[in-house]
Amino acid sequence: MKARGRVFKYGDNIDTDVIIPARYLSTADPEELKKHCMEDIDKEFASKVEAGDIIVGQKNFGCGSSREHAPIAIKGSGVSCVIAESFARIFYRNSFNMGLPIIESAEASRNIEDGDEVEVNFETGEISNISKGETYKGQPYPDFIQKIIQKEGLVNYVKAKI
Amino acid sequence: MGMTMTQKILAAHAGVEKVVAGQFIEAKLDMVLGNDITGPPAINEFHKMGANEVFHKDKIALVPDHFTPNKDIKSAEQCKFMREFANAQEVTNYFEIGEMGIEHALLPEKGLVVAGDVVIGADSHTCTYGALGAFSTGVGSTDMAAGMASGEAWFKVPPAIKFNIVGKPSKWVSGKDVILHIIGKIGVDGALYKSMEFIGEGIKNLTMDDRFTISNMAIEAGAKNGIFPVDEITIDYMKNHSTREFKVYEADQDAVYDEEYTIDLSSLRPTVAFPHLPENTRTIDEAGDVEIDQVVIGSCTNGRIDDLRAAAKILKGQKVKKGVRTIIFPATQKIYLQAIEEGLISIFIEAGAAVSTPTCGPCLGGHMGILAEGEKCVATTNRNFVGRMGHSTSEIYLASPAVAAASAVAGKIYNPEKIGEVN
Repeated sequence: MKARGRVFKYGDNIDTDVIIPARYLSTADPEELKKHCMEDIDKEFASKVEAGDIIVGQKNFGCGSSREHAPIAIKGSGVSCVIAESFARIFYRNSFNMGLPIIESAEASRNIEDGDEVEVNFETGEISNISKGETYKGQPYPDFIQKIIQKEGLVNYVKAKI
Repeated sequence: MGMTMTQKILAAHAGVEKVVAGQFIEAKLDMVLGNDITGPPAINEFHKMGANEVFHKDKIALVPDHFTPNKDIKSAEQCKFMREFANAQEVTNYFEIGEMGIEHALLPEKGLVVAGDVVIGADSHTCTYGALGAFSTGVGSTDMAAGMASGEAWFKVPPAIKFNIVGKPSKWVSGKDVILHIIGKIGVDGALYKSMEFIGEGIKNLTMDDRFTISNMAIEAGAKNGIFPVDEITIDYMKNHSTREFKVYEADQDAVYDEEYTIDLSSLRPTVAFPHLPENTRTIDEAGDVEIDQVVIGSCTNGRIDDLRAAAKILKGQKVKKGVRTIIFPATQKIYLQAIEEGLISIFIEAGAAVSTPTCGPCLGGHMGILAEGEKCVATTNRNFVGRMGHSTSEIYLASPAVAAASAVAGKIYNPEKIGEVN
């Protein structure tokens, strides 16, 4: 399982209110939510993001509200992976449940720059920066998390099990 | 090696003698909560999982409190969807407009959560019930759906940080100042994935409403939960609000904590969190001159009766500064009625404040108090993130009800101790 794309780089404490502002929460439709993803800190994100692109944050990515609309908006935008030094706990759990791949790596978060081309291997936890020719170590996924993501989230994973 | 309060509750609900930090468990749930934003996606997921019936009609709470009274057609549709599900499933604890309140003020008031419970809610401020000595934590809609279907949830047992509370707070220092002080000290990820466990002789000097405010904002330090021991104040509260049996869990003497802090309440000052993070705290003495356009008093953090009483003490016989829109939201119908009976609502209206039916509206920038470009607001809410309450250039300053009320009168961030000096 791999993800590859161009990086949108952000800072510490990217909260769920900037990932998807509450004023758009009268729907959970990814097609609607993706139009407003990140708009309060990056007005160009929605128009520039392409399928496969990667978001890199720093500390405490996804802090704030429990809204699943945040990983839904990011996944709906076509983002293939979020890399950060650390994630807020509800966002972390929601991302796996929604089938959005995320990976923790302080080294990757520190060294990757906006616009870099990056590839993530979820089985080994290896993050390759193609643009800079560097490789960083992230946590590989346990088997069941890989399966949840392959099934596009917890619901299908649970359904397939029962 | 002993267990913390949180670990003991989780062990009991997982049906095991002992758990250790980092262990994965499945725990039985005493309550599963959702609102009009997170409930509808959870209901969809519930059906997609192939579930037909909720695990227990009395152990689900559905509270339409965020965009209600319905702010637009889409919000009305979301509420309708949740209402129809609640009716079809015969969910006991569905609260319609008129009996509805802000969920985290409503559930304890209705006696639906007591000490020793395990509660999940699809709302990050579900951690509020730690004030009662329960384990409660926020989750997403999918976990809520799985909880509604199975009555269980998986958890990774959290390590803990111990806060030893000592001393007695001065007159205008409340639970809000305590938690803002703590977040300022440890940061918005200072307790990431951990439980915040409050203990110590100073807790007796904190009212139940102070404790709800403190536990409520544990999530703003990144914590999984924030829990208080059960004392006479807690037991009195539960006896007055619930008929359910409660169970008291105490931390073992040899419980292990990652870190320990001592918080001396007597040394705390009224505290304000500046934009755009709850950790950007300054004492009122360091706040400087910040002119404001709006004041919001209410929310799941600070819309309880103690909060309204504190605001009324400041606003009695005063006028809010002309041009400062002051909006006060009692958190539940019962609190609203009590405020009317105590004469607080008259004080607010005579001071020039608007009083609203319970709603989460302005706290998350939904409705009932949205900020325009560049506007500044002192709010008793819980988050001051970019764009949280409106335009992305607007600014939110988090404070206690006393500071918020004093600021409404002065037209700028103001020390409640000095309110006599305004006019």
